[in-house]
Amino acid sequence: MRRTMLFIPGNSPAMLLNADIHQSDAVILDLEDAVAPGEKDAARMLVRNAIQSLDYGKTEIIVRVNPLDTDYIRGDLEAIVPLKPDLIMPTKVSDAEYIHQVDQMMNEIEEKHGIPVGTVGLIPLLETAEGIENAYSIAKSSKRVKALFLGAEDLSTDLQAIRSKKSDEILYARGRIVLAARAAGVEVYDTPFTDVNDDEGLLQDATFARSIGFTGKASISPRHVSAINEVFSPSLEDITYAQEVMEAIEEGKRQGKGAVSLRGKMIDKPIVDRARKVLEAARELGLGGTHE
Amino acid sequence: MEIVQNAVAGTLESNDVFVSVEPGQGKLDIVVQSIVFEQFGKDIFNAAQEVCVQLRVENASLRLEDRGALDCTIKARVETALKRAGEVNNA
Amino acid sequence: MSKMIQNLGDAIKASGLKDGMTISFHHHLRNGDFVLNMVLEEIAKLGLKDLTVQASSLFDCHAPLIDHIKSGVVTGIETNYMTGRLAKAVSEGLLKKPVRFRSHGGRPAAIDTGRVHIDVAFVAAPAADRMGNANGVSGPSACGSLGYAIPDSRRADKVVIVTDYLCDYPLFPCSIEETDVDFVVKVDRIGDPKGIVSGTTQMTRDPVALTIARYAADVISASGLLKEGFSFQTGAGGASLAVTKYLEPMIQKLGVQGSFGLGGITGYLVDMLEKGYFRELMDVQCFDLKAVESIRTNPNHHEVSATRYASPAAKTSCVDSLDVVVLGATQIDTDFNVNVHTDSNGYITGGSGGHSDTAAGAKLTMIVAPLFRARLPIVVNKVLCKSTPGHTVDVLVTQRGVAVNPQNKDLYAAIKSSGLPMTDIHDLKNMAEAYTGAPGGTVPQGRIVADVEYRDGSIIDHIRCVK
Repeated sequence: MRRTMLFIPGNSPAMLLNADIHQSDAVILDLEDAVAPGEKDAARMLVRNAIQSLDYGKTEIIVRVNPLDTDYIRGDLEAIVPLKPDLIMPTKVSDAEYIHQVDQMMNEIEEKHGIPVGTVGLIPLLETAEGIENAYSIAKSSKRVKALFLGAEDLSTDLQAIRSKKSDEILYARGRIVLAARAAGVEVYDTPFTDVNDDEGLLQDATFARSIGFTGKASISPRHVSAINEVFSPSLEDITYAQEVMEAIEEGKRQGKGAVSLRGKMIDKPIVDRARKVLEAARELGLGGTHE
Repeated sequence: MEIVQNAVAGTLESNDVFVSVEPGQGKLDIVVQSIVFEQFGKDIFNAAQEVCVQLRVENASLRLEDRGALDCTIKARVETALKRAGEVNNA
Repeated sequence: MSKMIQNLGDAIKASGLKDGMTISFHHHLRNGDFVLNMVLEEIAKLGLKDLTVQASSLFDCHAPLIDHIKSGVVTGIETNYMTGRLAKAVSEGLLKKPVRFRSHGGRPAAIDTGRVHIDVAFVAAPAADRMGNANGVSGPSACGSLGYAIPDSRRADKVVIVTDYLCDYPLFPCSIEETDVDFVVKVDRIGDPKGIVSGTTQMTRDPVALTIARYAADVISASGLLKEGFSFQTGAGGASLAVTKYLEPMIQKLGVQGSFGLGGITGYLVDMLEKGYFRELMDVQCFDLKAVESIRTNPNHHEVSATRYASPAAKTSCVDSLDVVVLGATQIDTDFNVNVHTDSNGYITGGSGGHSDTAAGAKLTMIVAPLFRARLPIVVNKVLCKSTPGHTVDVLVTQRGVAVNPQNKDLYAAIKSSGLPMTDIHDLKNMAEAYTGAPGGTVPQGRIVADVEYRDGSIIDHIRCVK
């Protein structure tokens, strides 16, 4: 269950040290935009050593690496992939070919270090018009791709749009990336909400993202994590309803019924699948649903 | 690795260490300054030395100004400084 | 009769101050105080020797004391808190006679019961009239409450008011009353406003401190004390202050009103008073301009004397009615004893202030601190100085776990069922050392440079010379 992904600047020892205390399901240790060009080497070694020696417990580790058109990406991957982080986040991903090249580099590194090829997954960051246009083929480009992540700031610039809190300018991109990810059978994550002092705005933005199908949302502030977690966790009503669905199915089986209805509505396969997912998430989060 | 030029790495922020490296006078010389010298001076020295040994740096002068960095940070900063000092910068 | 005296030197002479006597000062002007240095400079000029300085706290601005000690003008220091250059010099053996540390409640108790005798109290007063009625709420050096000066003004043989803002008689409100005052001196400046109070107290943005504060608020909530009429005190620094930020929405949700907020008061507690989360504020010391303005104008914001704040010799004091106090620590040991007097190398960097008083009085005493600070684990086997005894401390809250003092069985049970990350205090120590490694270093072995007196007058620990 990954609802939140918290950005941690890669060249800050103090932040790396406490990256896992903010109750974010995943942390994104950032070697890209949070690191000045002259410090790329320093951040890479710092993040590598941090992953090696600090215990982040249940918090998933994602490392954001530099774009393919820079000299840094190979070094980033060579330092990080052998440590088997949960996911690598390639940036400014434009098309399937981009992922193929990253995939090839990772294959070589995994082979060299005796790691089964394909161990380390990818969560491509789509933040260009081209990337959004190719979202589905990117999602399908490699078995490594586990999720897509929308980056709205760079995208808005590329679109020549005006970035606003209301986010109408990225509405199409949001819908498009969710559609692509779901069609490809991978998870999908929303862009961070950047005003760290607007709690109400964050809540609206996250609630909207959830409503249109995002799995979770990234955050640039530890302060935002708990609100995002809450929005992307199944609610008590969701859990209760899911339990009722599973009970009704069981009851139907016992009575040998083909079709089962609940609250006057037919329970079909998508409803059952959704109920399973809700209960699975609830179990992982230790929420209310103890029913089996 | 041969140290061919001066280089620095790290910062003076809390939990970090500022490392300066210079070409040596025929031996490895490590000087440690730290706000936790009483408690961890030896550990800091050992961490720096370990990285020098790994990178086969035998002739260099290192100076560490520590602000309570953990070993993993000290090692990263020393490695960064040494690699910067060991490469000729053409830029 | 006139109490007005032309200058400080004449006032000192008029007070009858002699070699070997005790002079007292309050610390409401904090690191902006000019009065202690001015008085001692005059005393030195008069050639007096062997004086004891009885000051409620001493800051870096009081570094000139070092020279007065070297020259024999001052041979004794008694205080509740000491920081800066003087503290460093004392740690290195500046004074022959050990410093006597007390707490903010222990000091007035010692004064009121006569264990401490003050010959002359020099009271810096932001506003005063010619008869010595004085307050802290007006004038260019306004500091708000004068709570720590009140016991001195009542008990000292002679009381000298030193002000830079002379008002028409009679001055109201008055914290110090003319009945206690012998002399009044007007000087150009009693302090530097920049060092007296901060403009606004800033809430920390440090995500670690905020995480600690969030857990601390959750502990308060789980303790069951957050109900109609609750009372609360918190420090002005880092995680302590940030607890108010997380407490506010909880109080709002419960729809309850607190009876009082206590202590050193910041703008954040004033906000809570104004929003109706507390009925009253009881203020022994203002930390920022907002607090000063509030105590001046808000009838529910009250000045209290140090005696009423925390004296164990009073019939009762405010701390006896306190539900929750949130406190800091430089070290805490596995028996929950807390050090707020020295750093990890044994150098004096602070003092009890109201730490041990509020810990003894409050129903729930919380220590908030990061698991380690600049590689130094907060939990140690044995604190370098026992400032506050472990049996008065209920819980330690860090960013990676909450350790309840097993002596507090009710709280132990409440936290256990709360979903908070509860750990044993030994585990917190091990957890920290897994990051930092086990700290080496030695315990100072020199002669005793300070005796730490607990609020009941017993000696609870000594501080030794670092050299």
